[in-house]
Amino acid sequence: MNEKERPIVLPGEFLCEREGKRIGDNVYEENGKVFSKVIGIPKITESEISVIALSGKYMPKVGDRVIGTIIGVEVAGWFVDINSPYVAFLPLGEAVEEFVDTSRVDISKYYDVNEVIFCRILKVAKNKIIQVTMHDLHAKKLVGGVLVKITPSKVPRVIGKGGSMINLIKNKTNCELLVGQNGVIWVKGKDKSKAIEAILLIEKESHIIGLTEKVEKMLSEEK
Amino acid sequence: MKRGEVKLITDGKRIDGRKPEEMRNVEIKLDVISRSDGSAEVAFGKTRVLASVYGPRALFPKYLQEHETGILRCRYSMAPFSVDERKSPAPDRRSIELSKVIRLALEPAIFLEDFPKTVVDVYLEVIEADGSTRVTGINASSLALALAGIPMRDLVCACSVGKINDTLILDLNGREDNYSEVDMAFAMMPGKGKITLLQMDGLVTKEELKKLIEIAKSTCEKIYEMQKNALREKYRVSE
Repeated sequence: MNEKERPIVLPGEFLCEREGKRIGDNVYEENGKVFSKVIGIPKITESEISVIALSGKYMPKVGDRVIGTIIGVEVAGWFVDINSPYVAFLPLGEAVEEFVDTSRVDISKYYDVNEVIFCRILKVAKNKIIQVTMHDLHAKKLVGGVLVKITPSKVPRVIGKGGSMINLIKNKTNCELLVGQNGVIWVKGKDKSKAIEAILLIEKESHIIGLTEKVEKMLSEEK
Repeated sequence: MKRGEVKLITDGKRIDGRKPEEMRNVEIKLDVISRSDGSAEVAFGKTRVLASVYGPRALFPKYLQEHETGILRCRYSMAPFSVDERKSPAPDRRSIELSKVIRLALEPAIFLEDFPKTVVDVYLEVIEADGSTRVTGINASSLALALAGIPMRDLVCACSVGKINDTLILDLNGREDNYSEVDMAFAMMPGKGKITLLQMDGLVTKEELKKLIEIAKSTCEKIYEMQKNALREKYRVSE
């Protein structure tokens, strides 16, 4: 096997014995043995066994910061598309600080359809009713810019170790970048086409080692 | 002509020159449809099937949603030009049955309970039909599901077996499909050793049936390796 690659596991592939370890994402247990559920990169630590999927849809988790698009305005809140099979709801109380008399005020003055927000997932019920909130340090409305969608499991690669990758793209292209855990990336700036190209390269070759150098090379070349 | 009346084996060789337990050439292509979540094209000799997977995605109308689990929908359809005489593109009784059979063969492999209220759609299009289309379809959809990142217990592999003049044969082509004494579609999860589809037409003895299942099982193991190699190849970086 080429040394530049990470080992890939396929659905149903045996990972290791459980031995009291925690069952993480994308794995399942059968008679004390742990198998992968998806195509991905195995991650076996002392306490947990999990697999990082190489494809798949975003499944909401409490605390994730995501980029969503408003798709509907209701009496006391908004429906938000968070790039997942499930639509999220943003209640009025989680979006606006002041008291709003819903019988008099049209709440679309706060957020309207097609506007883009950066929010946090507040609650995921068992039946997948999802609530998001704007009561968060980084939550804000995103004005201008474009949205790029990638596979959600590749978000950590776009950010890189300690934000190395994202800072590299920011510095080289002078773009504003915001990454949602749901695989939506907001890019704003003059040189955004180059930033998008870099993001798509990361998505395509996320499973190889030494990606940061490759992206750096690509961004420096095209000057 | 009826089943068993056409000479399909002469001097131990079948009409296309294969030995009784020889498979046709298998060709696998991945990610053939860029806008789908996962897609694959599998060819067994002249039979060629295209599978594309979309989802998990929101399911509407709402009354179709299942509260505790997601659902799987399969659509098997033959292209009008896939057979000798033009086939009407409308879903007929056969297509509807095969759609259901394929769905039942794939369902045990998928963790549908991981995404309640949603649907996973599998669309199968037979581009060229020369026997064993349903098993080719199952192989293609297994690959497409894996590429779409749908959580699965194992890959599903399938093949067809049959009987001509007391000779047990593997991987039936179109003519053999029509005129052989027995034809059996078989699918399993080789990693788990579990059979997910067993359909048979014709008459066999108990011993023959056991032998047929054995042949099918060992063939599925081979197809399993082919599927795994194809998936691994996709993520190999060419440098």
